[in-house]
Amino acid sequence: MDVAKEKELREAELLVEKNVLVTTIDKVLNWARGHSFWPVTFGLACCAIEMMATGDSRYDISRFGWEVFRASPRQADLMIVAGTCTRKMAPLLRRIYDQMPEPKWVIAMGSCASAGGPFIDSYAMLPGVDKVVPVDVYIPGCPPRPESLLYGILQLQQKVANPAKVRLMQHGK
Amino acid sequence: MNALNQLPLNIAAAIRSLFGDPHSIWADLTMDIISIILVIVLIVLAALILILLERKVAGWTSQRPGPNRLGPHGWFQTIADALKLMGKEDVTPAGADRLMFKIAPMIMFALPMMTLAVIPYGHGMAPIRLNLGIVYYLAISAVSTLALLMAGWSSNNKYSLLGGMRAVAQMISYEIPLVFSLLGVVMITQTFNLSQIVADQHTIPFIVLQPLAFVVYLIAGVAEVNRAPFDLVEADQEVVAGPFTEYTGLRWGLFFLGEYGNMTAVAALTTTMFLGGWQGPAILPGYVWFFLKVGIIIFFQMWVRWTFPRIRIDHLMGLAWKVLLPLSILNIFLTGVGIYIYQLIVPRIGG
Repeated sequence: MDVAKEKELREAELLVEKNVLVTTIDKVLNWARGHSFWPVTFGLACCAIEMMATGDSRYDISRFGWEVFRASPRQADLMIVAGTCTRKMAPLLRRIYDQMPEPKWVIAMGSCASAGGPFIDSYAMLPGVDKVVPVDVYIPGCPPRPESLLYGILQLQQKVANPAKVRLMQHGK
Repeated sequence: MNALNQLPLNIAAAIRSLFGDPHSIWADLTMDIISIILVIVLIVLAALILILLERKVAGWTSQRPGPNRLGPHGWFQTIADALKLMGKEDVTPAGADRLMFKIAPMIMFALPMMTLAVIPYGHGMAPIRLNLGIVYYLAISAVSTLALLMAGWSSNNKYSLLGGMRAVAQMISYEIPLVFSLLGVVMITQTFNLSQIVADQHTIPFIVLQPLAFVVYLIAGVAEVNRAPFDLVEADQEVVAGPFTEYTGLRWGLFFLGEYGNMTAVAALTTTMFLGGWQGPAILPGYVWFFLKVGIIIFFQMWVRWTFPRIRIDHLMGLAWKVLLPLSILNIFLTGVGIYIYQLIVPRIGG
């Protein structure tokens, strides 16, 4: 894309942002989205056990309103990729992601989902799920404790609530 | 207290008096429109409160706090959920029967609106007074089967179709003990009019005379609204989300509204038939008593949902045909014998 066209696009974006109605509704919707992530039930490996532990009475993900694990991707907003993703599983992961309606987010939970983890040398392993789906938040750990998962979703909440800040951090001014 | 009790009736009379002739067709039409709006508001409010209450009760049964971050004690949680559902993409599957796919959730939402319109909320406060109230209620509530089958069929998804078929099998089976359990009350009161049935309970509520029918109705009622332990229709582990599998955003939200509306309607009918409706000690107005009783029944349904695991599908059918149906027929027989004995004794002791 040439520079002039890019500049034109950015100006158009600024114009849209100045539209009070849209930004106000966006703010309200982003507030609502951030406080009601409904994850799709998608446990791949041992990290899923920690994900289940996050839902139990000790850590209780429902305090934040994110406990509604939906079996159908059509009703989910968030995909927590919990565990090792093999090359055989990758197309299915992508299909589930495609079936989710916009707006949707992905969390790569654990080192396997983030970057391949201890199985990185295996021919069967995907070196991080960001090879097939766009990942919003990476949570390190093998597996991450439930506190880490909660912190990761809270970070995603911040990301959803401040789209301008995210754009700034990713693309500069 | 009497003034508070009569408040809705007085407001209605005041609105009617705005017209030249308080019983003209225009006054009636205005009152009907106001009643419809009130019933819709009731369903939406009930869904907003009950969804949060459901999550709180789920937390209570598993010893965790439940939603508590958003607003005081998490009371804004449902608002965030509803707003989020409004902002979601609306997906219609490529192979779907588009028209049926779109009207199924609307039918599901319209049904509790129609059933809640005949319930007496207080003395003389039934939005529509029907002489065949019970028959009307049962006929309308049976149509929700059709909405679920439409959703299942039109989605063009095997899990949806399986869920829709399960809905038909389950709801038609449970319709029979449900109807038969209400027959005992009708035999005692000799009327199908819900207002009259409530008025007949001013001495004792019918739960005392019809305990068996009450239990059968409560179980069949939970099965009618497809809630756990009878939620085979949308069993996550077996059929993804049943007929709702392909529904997104607001359409799915309409199903949710309909489900909670149906739950309220079942609880309202239980209250009306067995718990004395708006009758109660005069320390509270009648309509407050009514909603208190409805709330207790709904709490009981939620408690059951989060306590028992889902039952197997052959056990589900067995329970309906081999246990509940004979029990409800036994109840009809016992009620008949009881009425006969009562009619023999009462003239002799001069009652």
